Amino acid sequence: MRDGQWRDLYDLSEAERRLLMRTDWGFVHQNPADGLRMSVSAGANVGERLMAVGGRHYGQIRATATDWLGRVEISADRIDDQPRSFSGGMRQRLQIARNLVTGPRLVFMDEPTGGLDVSVQARLLDLLRGLVGELGLSAIVVTHDLAVARLLSHRMVVMKDGRVIESGLTDRVLDDPREPYTQLLVSSILQV
Amino acid sequence: MDMLQVENVAKNFTMHLRGGLVLPIIAKVSFAVAAGECVVLGGPSGVGKSSILKMVYGNYGVDAGKIMLIHNGQMADLASADPRQILQMRATTIAYVSQFLRTVPRVSAIDVVAEPLVTGGTEKAKAQDRARQLLARLNLPERLWSLPPATFSGGEQQRVNIARGFITDHKILLLDEPTASLDAKNRAVVVALIAAKKAQGTALLGIFHDEEVRQQVADRIIDVTRFAPDLAA
Repeated sequence: MRDGQWRDLYDLSEAERRLLMRTDWGFVHQNPADGLRMSVSAGANVGERLMAVGGRHYGQIRATATDWLGRVEISADRIDDQPRSFSGGMRQRLQIARNLVTGPRLVFMDEPTGGLDVSVQARLLDLLRGLVGELGLSAIVVTHDLAVARLLSHRMVVMKDGRVIESGLTDRVLDDPREPYTQLLVSSILQV
Repeated sequence: MDMLQVENVAKNFTMHLRGGLVLPIIAKVSFAVAAGECVVLGGPSGVGKSSILKMVYGNYGVDAGKIMLIHNGQMADLASADPRQILQMRATTIAYVSQFLRTVPRVSAIDVVAEPLVTGGTEKAKAQDRARQLLARLNLPERLWSLPPATFSGGEQQRVNIARGFITDHKILLLDEPTASLDAKNRAVVVALIAAKKAQGTALLGIFHDEEVRQQVADRIIDVTRFAPDLAA
């Protein structure tokens, strides 16, 4: 917790957990439609999280939302458009802005680049790397793409059948894999 | 003073996809590198030179032995360090110039080179200035600086890689064939950069196949064939 106390997540009340999700935590869904409100404007999607933590000044909320759209490379004149008119990559970037606007300290990302065109994927990865570094966030990323894992992560955990089978420095797990399943994974990467 | 001490290190690869075949790579690797010294690993291809460098950087795990280095003023064993400690060591103590540059899409050459300094807490503008100086020194054409290195030639990528490794003041610098794809003029620049690192008291451990460069930079050559695992044992 922000006050330096360790708490058991499952001992928290629902109200406390809800606050945690809106302040210190972020969650980037694989399918942006699960993490956005598709029929309200892009600006409102970003602003909603600010209002949830007490933002009430419309001008300030809009200014912050505009700033964040810029940071995720969405042009400011799209602020009043609904995400359903956005491409997959733009939706994913909007979802990231919506999550990061309240300055979370821990972000969960479930296949953040899954299903995106590789050119869009490169842009998103670059953006994530930059933001995570700049804001000093902690992030837990779920991915099937080992190249994404190498690019984004410091440490890596390999899971199979619901269990952690290997963990360590990302470059060591990929370059010197120990477990049979990890060796199979790494040896199955296609070279471009 | 020794900056790096490798003691009785051994490495095997277990190939689970080949029925658990165990390939011994090297054994009983012991040597030390002092501040201001450049030690070169010698021997034919496949003898385990790169594996030794990768173990010293923490990229490969080790099966036995210790890799002692002075980190934040204290002796620490990289071989048994946890991942976060190794990341710390890489951030402040130990740098590595790999054989090939692993490029990141959309990141410019300047920022690729500046990144290790920025990670270490240097202001971005300052780190970029230092990156420009190094790229200029290595004769990388200025028009390339703002481009991502993915499309660069082998020699150009290697110079970006060298600049990235040399930009910090880490006390230990590992070099895996940094001059392999460079022309004579740029090889001479790298030799001069290595001499400057030695003068600063950096401990260098490297692999150089180029005889001429090796003669110019090496204070000592370690024959890696003497660490060949004894198959009979």
